[in-house]
Amino acid sequence: MPKDDGIGASTKRREDTRFLTGNGKYTDDINLRGQTYVHFLRSDVAHGRIKGIDSSAAEAMDGVLRVFTAADFDSAGGIPCGWQVTDKHGQPMQEPKHPILAEGKVRHVGDPICAVVAETYAQARDAAEAIEVDIEELEPVVDMKAALKDGATKVHDDLSSNLCYDWGFVEENKDAVNEAFNNAAHVVSLELTNNRLVANPMEPRVAVGDYDPWGDSHTLYTTSQNPHVIRLLMGAFVLNIPEHKLRVVAPDVGGGFGSKIYHYAEEAFCTYAAKVLKRPVKWTSSRSEAFISDAHGRDHKTKIELALDADHNFTALRTETYANMGAYLSTFAPSIPTWLHGTLMAGNYKTPLIYVNVKAVFTNTVPVDAYRGAGRPEATFQIERLVDKAARELGVDPIELRRQNFIKPEEFPYQTPVAVVYDTGNYHATMDKMLELSDYAGFEARRAESAARGKLRGFGIAHYIEACGIAPSNLVGQLGARAGLYESASVRVNATGSISVYTGSHSHGQGHETTFAQVVAEMIGVDANSIEIHHGDTSNTPMGMGTYGSRSLAVGGSAIVKATNKIIDKAKKIAAHLLEAAPEDIELKDGKFSVAGTDKSVDWSGVTLAAYVPHNYPLEELEPGLEETAFYDPSNFTYPSGAYGCEVELDPETGKIDILRFIAADDFGNIVNPMIVEGQVHGGLAQGIGQALLENCVYDDQGQLLSGSYMDYTMPRADDMRGFTVDHSCVTPCTHNPLGVKGCGEAGAIGSPPAVVNAAIDALHRAGHTHITHIDMPLTPSRVWAAMNG
Amino acid sequence: MYNFDFVKPGSVADAVAALAGEEAQPLSGGQTLIPSMKARLNAPGSLVSLTGIPELVGVCREGDTLVIGAATTHAQVARDAAGDFPGLAALAGQIGDPAVRNKGTIGGSLANNDPSACYPAAALGTGATIVTDRREIAADDYFQGMFTTALEEGEIITSVRLPIPQASAYAKFVQPASRFALTAAFVARYASGVRVAITGASENGVFRWAEAEAALSSDFSANALDGLAHSAHEMIADLHGTAAYRAHLVGVMTRRAVAAAGS
Repeated sequence: MPKDDGIGASTKRREDTRFLTGNGKYTDDINLRGQTYVHFLRSDVAHGRIKGIDSSAAEAMDGVLRVFTAADFDSAGGIPCGWQVTDKHGQPMQEPKHPILAEGKVRHVGDPICAVVAETYAQARDAAEAIEVDIEELEPVVDMKAALKDGATKVHDDLSSNLCYDWGFVEENKDAVNEAFNNAAHVVSLELTNNRLVANPMEPRVAVGDYDPWGDSHTLYTTSQNPHVIRLLMGAFVLNIPEHKLRVVAPDVGGGFGSKIYHYAEEAFCTYAAKVLKRPVKWTSSRSEAFISDAHGRDHKTKIELALDADHNFTALRTETYANMGAYLSTFAPSIPTWLHGTLMAGNYKTPLIYVNVKAVFTNTVPVDAYRGAGRPEATFQIERLVDKAARELGVDPIELRRQNFIKPEEFPYQTPVAVVYDTGNYHATMDKMLELSDYAGFEARRAESAARGKLRGFGIAHYIEACGIAPSNLVGQLGARAGLYESASVRVNATGSISVYTGSHSHGQGHETTFAQVVAEMIGVDANSIEIHHGDTSNTPMGMGTYGSRSLAVGGSAIVKATNKIIDKAKKIAAHLLEAAPEDIELKDGKFSVAGTDKSVDWSGVTLAAYVPHNYPLEELEPGLEETAFYDPSNFTYPSGAYGCEVELDPETGKIDILRFIAADDFGNIVNPMIVEGQVHGGLAQGIGQALLENCVYDDQGQLLSGSYMDYTMPRADDMRGFTVDHSCVTPCTHNPLGVKGCGEAGAIGSPPAVVNAAIDALHRAGHTHITHIDMPLTPSRVWAAMNG
Repeated sequence: MYNFDFVKPGSVADAVAALAGEEAQPLSGGQTLIPSMKARLNAPGSLVSLTGIPELVGVCREGDTLVIGAATTHAQVARDAAGDFPGLAALAGQIGDPAVRNKGTIGGSLANNDPSACYPAAALGTGATIVTDRREIAADDYFQGMFTTALEEGEIITSVRLPIPQASAYAKFVQPASRFALTAAFVARYASGVRVAITGASENGVFRWAEAEAALSSDFSANALDGLAHSAHEMIADLHGTAAYRAHLVGVMTRRAVAAAGS
């Protein structure tokens, strides 16, 4: 049995006490002396030319300090993009400038035109209404395929077209893939949409800029998943502030799901304006503003085809995807449909030849970037919908077709044809576990019972693979990343033995304060309560890359292990001196150092005290103190995988789908805190089921957001789900990180959408609606009914 | 939200007087008005609260009629009407969430006449009488289209008089995001016949489905509706459902309401 608070224990989340009692300290809780408030006047048209701005009346209003426009940012850079994709001809993507405030044109509803800073928020908002902006409306570009037609209106006048890039992967395989299709016994194809989503973290974005004229130094408090990345991007590329004069703090953050990775214009504005005005400047997004200014997710349109031989072995796969970039390139936008999507197109299968084509398109919509799963849900949805369709067309069992084509347990490590090498996995085991937990054998009886009540019951499966723990820096550098993707940790042991850990990862709901303490407690053998985890402040943590891509434990946790090992090595030397033994003879167990084979020992605090009160200490050989920093750069991605089963009941009169059972059998490698892992899976499933049945971000043909509030954007709610069966007993540890962990944060959102849709299609087919081969997400009652009655 | 004055009169007469002021608007539970003010879509000069007037609150039975004060919350109706008029109590208990039900009022809902609101279906489906500070209005005359009613400027609903049916039920298919009615049917059976009111579906707001009423008046069973379909003409079409889907749901929800009402 694990220790109460070591690795493997379901320790209660220590941070929850403050969150649940309303004592979290979020960015909006930060109020500085002399603080001012900014309101952004945002475009209410999707596309237009700014002919003039008259802010004179606004500037004369009570409490107004200043109205800023693009002209105030002549010396600032644009909001940079952190990833450069190279197209299939070897040319760099088209990369338009993303100004802090709109320059010359507005390009989406929500594009900020002016910023009004006033003594109070209400004054700023009142004044914004007094600004007259003369906009010549231009034809909006909304539909991706229309955007690429000759003569289409251009979102960016200085680019050659609305095409950001046309990417082919692996371009050299293209002819061989086409040849395999020509020789195929069966070809199955599917066209589908991966619906656009709004991240909707519980806490909207907030930024507070502060400037200290005496030190010429800036502080930005912001709702970020990665404060160091913001410091680097904003300091070096936008405002020209060196790192030592710029501190970025991301305190408690109430969820991000990707939308708080990116550097946003509002952050740069508040930082800059605080210096101009010599007063702190605060911005708090309203929920309505979040809908039109937070980066959206997904929004792919894909045609995917699978070639099979006469024995139903997969022989080739090819896809053509249109990926919406929105009006500007958000920080990691170009990488999502390419390197986080194309590299996953092998799925769990031994498809030998794969070609992925992605056309990234600019439109007059909010920028699109990573959202929980980021590229991998899009890949999984395509593959798992298509494999299900193939089984139906071939008249074979979808489970058996998958098993037949799975990479076998003995075939790892497995080199896919799309660049990545899966280190470990056992897909047969997760599939078996899921089916066992599903009571698959009892399905037919349950279906008959539903049928007796006039309802259609169906069972759907999906098996996913994801690449997490992003990423080896040298690899992503070759792929166009403009950053490294290592992680950092500093472990500071205090004189009396308590431990302060500073991590470059950022917790915005993941439970790092608990999990990371469990890791250190296990390694040293001390009480986890003597360990404090610090994150989110660039002034006290080493340069870190933050939290996304299920990387915190696999990469950030590995950095902590590395730093802790350095601590243990040094502590053993100190103990050896105190015990008059050789360091190699010192053993650390349960927080006590002893000399092997003797009863001589010194406890942890005896060593830590000696390090800081070095009266009896090998000062000639060893520095005093006990503090170590480590950077960990992974040698590969991690590859969590799992089998998901979904049982639905469909009401044929209304088209409404109820999820009756959902079973997730995941292989996350080793697990530090099973309870937190289960919670992460629950959250991911809620968002994946939300995508499959409920959530949809919709623009009309004028680029107006139709789903701009919770009156029309359907968030999943508790009563949309009846509970989940979550299992993570199938374990194939990661082979290349010290904890053997793979990551669990995104799995639920990646694996669940195809399982839900497959279940719905299964229910319809079992009831004789065999003409329905696909329904695009979300499977709303109206859409399902229309498919049944179309 | 823009600045406004706030008054909370203690009598209907004082409220009527306050509403005579320039740009004054009545405020009951505020479940629509306050969000629209926060979005700066509505800018009253003064708000006249109707929730401090004792005679506007309460549920009581007068013979075969249930009389509900206009400022009675949905939660109170769900609780206090349960014995005398369970179909109405069930409707009230399905509106919004607990926070909405403890603030929103029947008078506010009827005065707003949102085309997707629940209470208009109950008022029209029972042939209720809307009582105001100056007159009584039959439900059949009161609802005049989306967000439009027979109320005059400054006129305050004081109570609603609902004839208690022999049997009734409300069947609501929710719009998944807002959980207002995407389409819902209120069915009430009286000795004199059956009334069927549909909300959520029509561009003209709540309406009676005459063909269904005729069929059900001679045979109060779901089967009586077999072969009846409502036209999709002037049905609402939006993100959540086409006109044809809503027309289809009119039939489904009416059948379900009849089945739930029993015989």
